[in-house]
Amino acid sequence: MSDAVATSQSILVVGGGISGITAALEAAECGKQVVLVEKNPSIGGRVSQLYKYFPKLCYPSCGLEINLRRIRANRNLRLMTQTELVGLSGTPGDYTATLRIAPRYVNDNCTGCGACAEAVQAEFDDEYNYGMKKRKGAYLPFNMAYPPRYVLDPRILGTEDAERAKAACKYGAIDLDMQERTVDLHVGAVIWATGWRPYDAARIQPYGYDRFANVITSVEFERMMDPFGPTGGKLLRPSDGKPAKDVAFIQCAGSRDRNHLKHCSRICCMASLKQSTYLREQFGDEGRATIYYIDIRAIDRLEDFYARVKADENVRFVKSKVASITEDKQTGNVILNGVDTEGYHRYSNPHDLCVLAIGMEPSVDRSAFPVEVAVDQNGFIEAAPENGAIFAAGCSSDALDVNRSVQSATAAALRAIQVVNRVAGVEG
Amino acid sequence: MADVKIGAYICKGCGLGERLDTQALATIATREGKAAFAKEHDVLCSQSGVDMIRKDIDAGEVDRIVLAACSRRAKTDAFGFDTVAVSRCNLREGVIWTQPDTEEARELTQEMAEDYVRMSCAEVKQMIPPHPNELAERNRHVLVVGGGISGLTAAVEASRAGYPVTLVEKSGALGGWAAQLWRRVPTRAPYADPQDTGVAELVAEVEADPGITVYLNSTVTRTSGAPGRFAVDITAESGGTATENFGAIVQATGFTPYDANRLPEFGFGKSPDVVDQLGLEALARAADGGAIKRPSDGKEVRSVLFIQCAGQRSTAKGHLPYCSGHCCNTSIKQAMYFKDSNPDIDTTVLYTDLRTPGKGEDLYRSGQRKGVIFTKGVAQEVKPGGRGLQVRFKDLILDQEVEVDADLVVLATGMVPNSGVDIEAALKKEAAGAEGGADGEAAADADAAPVQEVSILNLDYRQGPDLPKLMHGFQDSHFICFPYETRRTGIYTTGPVRRPMDIAQALEDATGAALKAIQALENAALGRAAHPRSGDLSYPSFHRDGCTQCKRCTVECPFGAIDEDEQRYPMFNEARCRRCGTCMGACPVRVIYFDNYSIDTVGQQIKAVDMPEESQEKPRILVLACENDAYPALDMAAMNRIGYSAYARVIPVRCLGSVNSIWVTDALNGGYDGVMLMGCQKGDNYQCHFVKGSELAHYRMSKVYDTLEQLQLEKDRVETHEVAITDIQRAPQLIEAMAETVKRVGLSPFKF
Repeated sequence: MSDAVATSQSILVVGGGISGITAALEAAECGKQVVLVEKNPSIGGRVSQLYKYFPKLCYPSCGLEINLRRIRANRNLRLMTQTELVGLSGTPGDYTATLRIAPRYVNDNCTGCGACAEAVQAEFDDEYNYGMKKRKGAYLPFNMAYPPRYVLDPRILGTEDAERAKAACKYGAIDLDMQERTVDLHVGAVIWATGWRPYDAARIQPYGYDRFANVITSVEFERMMDPFGPTGGKLLRPSDGKPAKDVAFIQCAGSRDRNHLKHCSRICCMASLKQSTYLREQFGDEGRATIYYIDIRAIDRLEDFYARVKADENVRFVKSKVASITEDKQTGNVILNGVDTEGYHRYSNPHDLCVLAIGMEPSVDRSAFPVEVAVDQNGFIEAAPENGAIFAAGCSSDALDVNRSVQSATAAALRAIQVVNRVAGVEG
Repeated sequence: MADVKIGAYICKGCGLGERLDTQALATIATREGKAAFAKEHDVLCSQSGVDMIRKDIDAGEVDRIVLAACSRRAKTDAFGFDTVAVSRCNLREGVIWTQPDTEEARELTQEMAEDYVRMSCAEVKQMIPPHPNELAERNRHVLVVGGGISGLTAAVEASRAGYPVTLVEKSGALGGWAAQLWRRVPTRAPYADPQDTGVAELVAEVEADPGITVYLNSTVTRTSGAPGRFAVDITAESGGTATENFGAIVQATGFTPYDANRLPEFGFGKSPDVVDQLGLEALARAADGGAIKRPSDGKEVRSVLFIQCAGQRSTAKGHLPYCSGHCCNTSIKQAMYFKDSNPDIDTTVLYTDLRTPGKGEDLYRSGQRKGVIFTKGVAQEVKPGGRGLQVRFKDLILDQEVEVDADLVVLATGMVPNSGVDIEAALKKEAAGAEGGADGEAAADADAAPVQEVSILNLDYRQGPDLPKLMHGFQDSHFICFPYETRRTGIYTTGPVRRPMDIAQALEDATGAALKAIQALENAALGRAAHPRSGDLSYPSFHRDGCTQCKRCTVECPFGAIDEDEQRYPMFNEARCRRCGTCMGACPVRVIYFDNYSIDTVGQQIKAVDMPEESQEKPRILVLACENDAYPALDMAAMNRIGYSAYARVIPVRCLGSVNSIWVTDALNGGYDGVMLMGCQKGDNYQCHFVKGSELAHYRMSKVYDTLEQLQLEKDRVETHEVAITDIQRAPQLIEAMAETVKRVGLSPFKF
């Protein structure tokens, strides 16, 4: 890769999750020059933190490997990590993008040998594992991190650890003098693929995410299935490390709610159906899931997966918006209180663990866009003519699952190509 | 082979220098591997290392290089030499990171490294850097089949990118079903009210675009060729046929509404006041914003009831098992037709799960604000009576049977894809017969599909006239990450033929499909492979002399790339080929090859391994691992220092489908004690990116057991495993288990 140059015929892709990767690759494989920027040290985004995909129950890392292979093979694509877009000016076909590149403190010489991580002592919350685990101050973010290059946490700078890392590296790859840089790129079109973040669960006060150890979010639950994750691949509840065999899933946690996110986050029903299969995978007949839902939104062919999960007698569905969660201090169990609206029965059901099927909100706040774009009441970028040659892809445009994000990203790639081809026509 | 100039470069970085005798490796490369020279370097991926290699290449010293360093997945930026054949000899992840750093382990570790050097030299000797096929053609013309909104959108979007388009529409008008709508579900904030369909503007844009040629009342009667050189017969209803050439094809043939006559329990066909959603659109158009009148007597509708999932999400015979995705939003929009003209009209939506994902929730909320009633219940019967129609349903909230009157009932029926001929029906039928004639899913689906099966593309491909159907007759991709993956390269389906979808999704989908078509024709022009081996310049060729015309390659190609010529020899159609090598694995006489991947590039590696005499008690285990999943899993095991037997020799393969049985039998004959194949999950939820590779490998290996019997070898010596990329711990365990098996059954008697 990386012969790409930035001109008015180049496409800038902001965000290196599945949507950004896809948009960048699809355009580059059409022969276009593409610059892909990602603010984290490695690409892959949220899908790299998933154990399995619904409805196939296949592994996201499998598709990521294919995409990494495509990136390695493509000379039209230039990847810049730890890079954020901080300014954008100009008009369609003629934009100047200002990029701020944070120092990695590790240069191209890195062979990925891991000696620096061994030498460093300080540990920090591991972002990849939503803080459920610690990582070293010199680290490879995860097994498939790309570029496969270590990173130094800026917090070890000026400490002995920084010197230890430097001393441990035989290849001159640690550069403690690296500085933040700002560069301007000339591009013709911009694809905005900044993705989503989980809604702040602590704000859903009655569910006590901030009070009860055994109330967690769906994204955290997902991390538990990773053999290299915080629990070594076991479903253990946080309070006492006991196997979480009886798990409650609360749908629309933060979604479809006037007090929180008004929109439906689309993926959460399917995510909980998927996660209910993890219980059977780990505990066989002893695994039990109860899904508290308003509507199960398994649209189009995803219905098949819903039917499959429904056929499992260990998965129970309760049509109810859970009113509150309390804790049984003796057992550590969580107790879900509410009314089953099918027949109006009150319940107070104890479970080992409660998973909040947390809503999806755009990761960039409306106020944080470096340029004027049309954003709807839910914070998603609208497809609007006034956006010029700035095209949203994936979850920056709507609450989408992976399949539809990729669809959206592929479409965005063509819209960007239309602009740069017009420029080429004029310039050519 | 006289001009083969192999340069071997041996890295001493990352501990290789300390853990291995690199000088011995260099000697092996030149003496046994026949390398012209072997150079050691402290850090091969460093600038000075790369410069050293680059200098040799530029000076013409080498035309093939062995990089004895780290995995092929590491340091790819530094080692991007694409003018010479390259073999990445994996000494880091493949050897020192999987073996203990102890004095006792040193001997076996060194043996492992030496074998990998021998293997890489043997491989690269057989490799030729691939050049694009000279026959590659560029044709920028895109064919779009179907003139509904998906097809119109694909045409407009491709044209806007500067690619000429021809659009073929079977009927006499453009616009499809969407043109029959009164209004559509809103696409712009605040997503609260029905909006104009936009179809007229889209049709006008197509008609005004000089880059788009439209054939109405026409169908595609023959499609031959490949990306970059499709030749397509377009036949008018009136008889004339035009033949045009295209670079790529978008199939946007849409759907047929489910036949509501199959729902007599809901009174369709019995009362004209029971309509489907399209029927309601017709009434709304007739009303033109005024009061909607019921068909039976023209009386203004005062109460309307929408039955969701009519004939859908149901396992009943003749119903559709899937959800059509758009119908909840559509019914809300239609309820608004009534509420917007007169808020006093009763509108009830009877549903089990109301499915308005994303921004649909805003529309749902708007519907509630406008007074639309949503009732969770299951409709049981609609019959004439009361004010007009009586609807009986089970109210799931009150848990009781309820009867209500309505002037009009709207059935939210589903979409049935227009996906042409089921080319795999014969196979499915055969399989069902083998299972004792049980009517499986395929049979039930066929029963549900009232659409007459007429071929859409009339492909003159060996494997049948249309694209393979997937679940429920839709032609969607099987892959989550790759929704546009197609089994007929250069032909992309879009819109509801792919998957049930609403207009908003169809517009996105069609734009994406247009990109894929453009990409396919651009790649074809350069002789490059499409996804997943994007950019690969190699393509299959065959030695005509040895070919027995057995047709196995033409039948087993997962992408229908291979036809037969007049003399019944295979015709590879490179631009359709995805370079998986399944044909190479299939060929019983081993005449199929790629320049850089062949029976010999792997076979000679197998033979190059030094086979210790029996008395040394050092078994050898051959592992053929899928390069996309099993091989990376082993790499990542190494990164985490999860070890496996030092007796294993791992060779990455493009796909398990490319594994020719000869590799396995040669290995067994050559004294290997065990052979393992690691490929992706097969079956209905297959994860093999070449669709059938893993499945075929499992099947082929079942045949190898006959050979084992002939050789009087234990069956346990050959294993085929499904290994995922996440099997970072399991893959090494499998190798360990094979080492145990070999210990148990003893060394192979075939050591020389």
